[in-house]
Amino acid sequence: MSRLDLIPAFSVDRVFIEPWRDHADTFFWIALMGFFVTTACGLVGTFLVWRRMALVGDAISHSILPGIVIAFFLAQTRATTPLFIGALVAAGLTVWCIEAIHHHSRIKPDAALGIVFSSFFAVGIILLTLFADSVDLDADCVLFGEIGFLPLEDPVVLGGLFLGPLPLVRMGAVLVGILLLLALVYRPLVLASFDPGLARILGFGPRGINFGLMAVLAITVVSAFESVGAILVVAMLIFPPATGSLLSDRMPVILAGNALVAAVSALGGLHLAIWLEASIAACMVCVAGAVFGLAWLLSPRRGLLRRRPPLSIPFSDPTATPTETTRPS
Amino acid sequence: MSAALRPAALLLVLAAPARASAARIDELTETRLFQQAVEFLTLADPVVRTALAGSLLLGVCCGLLGSFMVVRRLSLAGDAIAHAVLPGIVLGFFWTLTKNPLALFIGAVLAGLAGAFVLGLIRDSTHLKEDTALGLVLSGFYAVGIVGLTMLQNHPLSGQSGLETFLFGQAAALSPDDVRLMAVVTGLSLLIVLLLYKELLASSFDPGFSRCLGLPVKLLHHLVMVLLTFAVVVSLQAVGAVLVAAMIITPAATAYLLTDRFHRMIFYSCLLGAASGGLGVFLSYLGNRLPTGPFIVLAASCFFGLAFTFAPRHGLLHRTYRLRTRRTTIALENALKTVYRIREDKGFSEEGVPVGELQARLGEPDAVFTKLLRALTARQWATWAPGDTHVFLTPAGWLRACAVVRNHRLWELYLTHAADYPPDHVHDDAEVIEHILGEDTVRQLERRLDFPDTDPHGRLIPSLGDLQQSLGVHPARPRAEGYDMPR
Repeated sequence: MSRLDLIPAFSVDRVFIEPWRDHADTFFWIALMGFFVTTACGLVGTFLVWRRMALVGDAISHSILPGIVIAFFLAQTRATTPLFIGALVAAGLTVWCIEAIHHHSRIKPDAALGIVFSSFFAVGIILLTLFADSVDLDADCVLFGEIGFLPLEDPVVLGGLFLGPLPLVRMGAVLVGILLLLALVYRPLVLASFDPGLARILGFGPRGINFGLMAVLAITVVSAFESVGAILVVAMLIFPPATGSLLSDRMPVILAGNALVAAVSALGGLHLAIWLEASIAACMVCVAGAVFGLAWLLSPRRGLLRRRPPLSIPFSDPTATPTETTRPS
Repeated sequence: MSAALRPAALLLVLAAPARASAARIDELTETRLFQQAVEFLTLADPVVRTALAGSLLLGVCCGLLGSFMVVRRLSLAGDAIAHAVLPGIVLGFFWTLTKNPLALFIGAVLAGLAGAFVLGLIRDSTHLKEDTALGLVLSGFYAVGIVGLTMLQNHPLSGQSGLETFLFGQAAALSPDDVRLMAVVTGLSLLIVLLLYKELLASSFDPGFSRCLGLPVKLLHHLVMVLLTFAVVVSLQAVGAVLVAAMIITPAATAYLLTDRFHRMIFYSCLLGAASGGLGVFLSYLGNRLPTGPFIVLAASCFFGLAFTFAPRHGLLHRTYRLRTRRTTIALENALKTVYRIREDKGFSEEGVPVGELQARLGEPDAVFTKLLRALTARQWATWAPGDTHVFLTPAGWLRACAVVRNHRLWELYLTHAADYPPDHVHDDAEVIEHILGEDTVRQLERRLDFPDTDPHGRLIPSLGDLQQSLGVHPARPRAEGYDMPR
């Protein structure tokens, strides 16, 4: 077997037609789940990116491990609710610790974040090792889920109406909740993100808004990645907003752009994964990365290809006669 | 479909250190712990020697480079690079189709450098902030790596790959060759930092200034990133991708709390890194092959917790103590000021101030007020004993009272004259700043306001020179020359 066999042959039929002909029900739910997760993460992530907190999602996704292990140890069940609560508590504790270290010492937020999440993760792994006998917990299935393994056998039926599999309904509910919250507090949220001082003067407590944002982030991360995997959540908190902010300066446009990026990467990632026979979540991220790369290159005002190189001013030799500084146009 | 799903099983590798080395804690009796400790400390076991040497080197190397990362506010660059090496490792494996350490190492370094390059490119060419750029590199590269890894799973040869040990390795699994590589990387980093210390220092703290000096700031930045990439790649085997970030950040952040001098910070950071490495290996050895990485990280975090609480100047306890002292001083100074105001209202005719009137003016409940009077007496700013009807200020207390009132009124005058505030808007501001103004600032204010006598509300601004003269504390000096403020 040669190296090239690693990349499976591309055929339109296998990649684009067969999935929808033979496995439409499975793939529909997976694509929809990808869309839900990406949109929800993108909406929350827009504000995180603006507040220089893009990596908090990454930190939370690692630091909930001890919460899950302890919740599992106490409840001795793989039911979702206790694990969800444990993860949420750990997420809250993480955010609190980061804030506390940042406020009560001269450690910068990024260093505080690194210290906290690595400590939590280390504790989680040690607990997993110690409880290995008494805890029948697959860290991989809880922590590092894969969207391809989406459990579909657990349908939610409300008043005789089939709504969909449980994880999807939950993620959909989270998305609707985020949209409702956004509609309610859009103005204060934007204000507090751009000008915390003005927000405080006008009576919108930025602390309260910050706390609310962190709570929404924790809920989104925890409910998403049990079924889709950490990599998708962490990446989708950052890629869609970063793409949007390269293309536009208007908040509503960036927020709406999230949905577009979400749709493209969910569908594109699914088909890429089918072609390459690789992880679906990772492929969705790759597509989102490609979309970001395109925006980075081609953005009308900020694209690499459109950007003017900065003025070059000779610094080194102060005695030299001033040369013309030219701007290639 | 199943082919597409199979790779997900590989995500299991993230939990590999935990599962590969599961130990039963209940097996560990006291004697075995003791035996293990002795065995460790005598360094009889060559595995222990290698693991210990590796962890110490790693601690020194990461501590050294971490110091630069922390002061450059790029703390999480280590984390991003640690994740970004994944595609390189996959590529290295793909190249040789065996777990050839050299190929994996080269692949990892190349991918790490690519990650660092993209990071710099995003930072330089877009308006996106550092954290966003780090997140993009981290998750983007990692996703590409996962795609490659899951594709490799379809390859018949990948059964023996064991890539996860490279990514989520054990310090106990280090080979003497790995340790030699670590020694080379550590030595190289030490050498470069020693040679270019001044340049690196300047460009880390003030890039703009360094550029004006003609330093190649960008080149130095790339140099540090290259060294960091080497350090991350050699650390991966001992602590795993997720926890490398801690080795870079935690010892450096701890050292940052302990000192204000950068060379001392580097020294402490290396020391703390080595200590955490040694302690982590020791603890994991006690537990009979518990995973090493988490224990190293936990040891580093414990050091950080200690420094966070007890550090001499920047620790939580000291900060709280300082805050409390400052609050007490402010309360006392406000009481002194009120005494001054009461005496002023009576034309300075009486020496003492009635206790009841003072309490009414301050509006404090009995318990707080009594405590305040006691504290004033204890600082020798006033004389008062329980049962006394009047409070008398000592000379020192009176000077202090005058100084606070002077600060207050000077500031009010400054705001109305120089900053064009209306006179009824200046009181609250002055109320805050009267405790903070230093003597040098007061001199400047006086000079700028041409040594005023009255504040905007027409009240006299006390002149300490006159008072000191009348109290006989200092010989008379002309007003313009200034005077000493009692501390």
